[in-house]
Amino acid sequence: MRPINLIAGIGAMLCAAAAPIFHAQAEEPVKGGTVTFLMSPAPQILTSAITTAGAEQVVSSKISDSLFTYDFDLNPKPLLAKSYEVSEDGKRVTFHLREGVKWHDGEEFTSEDVAFTTMEVWKVLHGRGRTIFGNVEKVETPDKYTAVFVLSRPSPGMLKSLAAQQAQILPAHLYKGTDILTNPANLKPVGTGPFRVVSFTPGDNLVLERNPDYWDEGKPYIDKLVFRFIPDAATRSAALEAGEAQIAPQNLVPMVDLERLQATGEFEVTTKGYEFQNEMEMIEFNLDDPVMKDIRVRQAIAHAIDKDWIVDNIFFGYGISAKTPLHPQLTELYDASDVPQYDYDPEKAKALLEEAGYKPDANGTRLKLVVDPLPYGEHQNHVAAYMREAFREVGIDLEVRAQDFAGFVKRVYTDRDFQFTVNLLTGGSDPTIGTQRTFWTPSFKPGVGFSNGSHYSNPKMDEILESAAAEMDAAKRKALYHDFQKLAMEDLPVLPLTAVESTTIANKRLKNHTIDANGTYSNFANVYLEPAQ
Amino acid sequence: MDRQFWTYLGWRVLQSLVIIAIVIVGSFLLLHLVPGDMVDVLGGQRGDMDAELMATLRERYGLDQPVLVQLLNYVGSVLQGDLGYSYRNATDVLSLVLQRLPATILLVVCSVITAVFFGTMAGVIAARHAHRPIDVIISMIVLVFYATPIFLTGLGLVIVFSVKLKLLPIGGLITPGVDFSFLELVGDVALHLILPVFSLSLFYIAIYARLARASMLQVLDQDYIRTAYAKGLSTYNVIIGHALRNALLPVVTMVGLQIAELFGGAVLTETIFSLPGVGRLAYDAVFERDYPLILGVLLVCAFIIIVVNLIIDIIYTLLDPRVEISR
Repeated sequence: MRPINLIAGIGAMLCAAAAPIFHAQAEEPVKGGTVTFLMSPAPQILTSAITTAGAEQVVSSKISDSLFTYDFDLNPKPLLAKSYEVSEDGKRVTFHLREGVKWHDGEEFTSEDVAFTTMEVWKVLHGRGRTIFGNVEKVETPDKYTAVFVLSRPSPGMLKSLAAQQAQILPAHLYKGTDILTNPANLKPVGTGPFRVVSFTPGDNLVLERNPDYWDEGKPYIDKLVFRFIPDAATRSAALEAGEAQIAPQNLVPMVDLERLQATGEFEVTTKGYEFQNEMEMIEFNLDDPVMKDIRVRQAIAHAIDKDWIVDNIFFGYGISAKTPLHPQLTELYDASDVPQYDYDPEKAKALLEEAGYKPDANGTRLKLVVDPLPYGEHQNHVAAYMREAFREVGIDLEVRAQDFAGFVKRVYTDRDFQFTVNLLTGGSDPTIGTQRTFWTPSFKPGVGFSNGSHYSNPKMDEILESAAAEMDAAKRKALYHDFQKLAMEDLPVLPLTAVESTTIANKRLKNHTIDANGTYSNFANVYLEPAQ
Repeated sequence: MDRQFWTYLGWRVLQSLVIIAIVIVGSFLLLHLVPGDMVDVLGGQRGDMDAELMATLRERYGLDQPVLVQLLNYVGSVLQGDLGYSYRNATDVLSLVLQRLPATILLVVCSVITAVFFGTMAGVIAARHAHRPIDVIISMIVLVFYATPIFLTGLGLVIVFSVKLKLLPIGGLITPGVDFSFLELVGDVALHLILPVFSLSLFYIAIYARLARASMLQVLDQDYIRTAYAKGLSTYNVIIGHALRNALLPVVTMVGLQIAELFGGAVLTETIFSLPGVGRLAYDAVFERDYPLILGVLLVCAFIIIVVNLIIDIIYTLLDPRVEISR
């Protein structure tokens, strides 16, 4: 075994972990108080180990700790795992677990819980877990505080995905031998985290209280954490303004309201804490469509769109005009140098369409297209509406088609009855978690939502992605993903529009709500509330 | 109650059973016509899923069976009193619906009472002063109520009473995270209900006011009213004791018809005021294609509406002895 910079690594982790705490101590955290956290949609269960739904992730990360959390550059920070090491060939990953951690019911947390959850829950029932932990063959438990993941192939992406929101650890003593999907503990969770469940009123609220036996002594600082599920956006803004709530993450307050609330001087807005998510607004072209198959048409569409206009007017500046399929927040891998770009240039778009054989008719229309925006929030609809107007200038008559979420998934991924989408795709904390499935040939699976919807298939691309997924050397991996970014923008099966920045708005009295890449999806052990003046 | 009444009741129950059967089969088939199922939604929830897991889940949820088999299975379990299981909520459908029902019933019942009380009162006052300024003012206000959409009224009330004056809570049914005694709890719920009840009932106040005014005017013209005045009864006695009783008949009919509509309007009110009610449960279930849950909500609501209409018919006979019950 070759400990990867174990000492230095842990040192760095501890420093990284200590920094915000130190900062907090400098300001002397205030103990006590109730914090109210706004959410929508409401979580339906309180266990994220078996679902990828965002609401479940936010609440269960407060109740159950995970092996790691991650700093803003996605380096692991210890939580339930004190440290880890990776073998020379990358196929054995050993986690050293924290000792003396108790589940809320008093049982001890051990490597058995980690092994059980990995093999029987994440690998079987979690949407993304099946990909992330796909290479895990077994988990060895030489002793109570050591868990060894035995892998069929090196999986550097796995080490970026051990935060609570997608790798929640379940208590084996309550789940083993039961039907996991219908286990009553999914609604009355027993965790290791800083907060315990007091009451859950589905569709209305969830009340958590401080866990006095939390392993990180003295924490958490607040006594009560109340989640309120408010489905109406205007009511959420009103709740913050009325002082009934202190924080609303994940763009839950409309961008138009952010400025007004900030102007009161009581609130601050941050775009940090979404580094694990990396959402990209993208167009997926259906390469099985006779019109979209022609790369000149796709290039023409790229030249007909003013991405900066979209950032400024649709995202109110909360986003970055996208140059590659990776989010610039993925600092380790993002590299836009030498990547083909398609600047806003209607003349060039017209020339490309002309070349592809689309001549203008009497009305100046060269061709008619249909777009399907993803019905999730309003942005995709607004982008589609913008394109309808912008495309008129280059002679494309664009029809915007509307449907609900399930209808969209069926049309695009099962029936494949579409020309192009405006989609919001989650890149994830590593390209192997999200981005890869959009470009990889084996990910073309009709019937599976958010798979390779373009039906893009390039053996060269597959080779790059597969090598990168198993590459343990950081520099080589970065070079491979640079090749990926160049090839993706050259072939253009997908047109990235905006690297979306999500917003969290919080009352200024609320401190430490965003101290790492997991932001409001972290455990909130360090959060405190300054009393009102 | 005589025999005729019981025969009538028997017939009504039989009718109701047929209606409920139609509700089940109709909504079941309608739901399956909509593209996409629950597994599509689960798979689409910002994660990727593989075909194998989706097949496993479809099998678990019984979605791999032909629609007709699913329907028969469903009807079979409903007959045994089992409304099914909602995997998304990890709870059986009946307890989910019962959990959410109190909020909706509180909202709808309070709104009906408020609407009937204030609507009728406004209508009676307007009729009493027909074509005079007070009538014109009432009619104008009522028209504004009638024309304002619920969400606008709701948000307007929130901004004034919750954000600016900070008198009433912005939403929810109970202040979460506080230990209340029973009396405090009642008070807390009442405070939470004021704004939603008013925004839902304003529209109906308008309808009942117009209705009550029109039928009052009609009744006030009748001979027996003149007789009542001639007997020397006070205006109050004539209006409340003689005229109103007759003028109320169309209002009561309307209540029966509008209960169903109120359940519909409740979805919007529940959304704006984040009330944990059945309306929102159904609304979310539709988007998640949670078939057993949608059917369960429809079934329970159909049942309630049928029962309420039966009660309304009985009230009718009490108000107007001339109406006899018969099939």
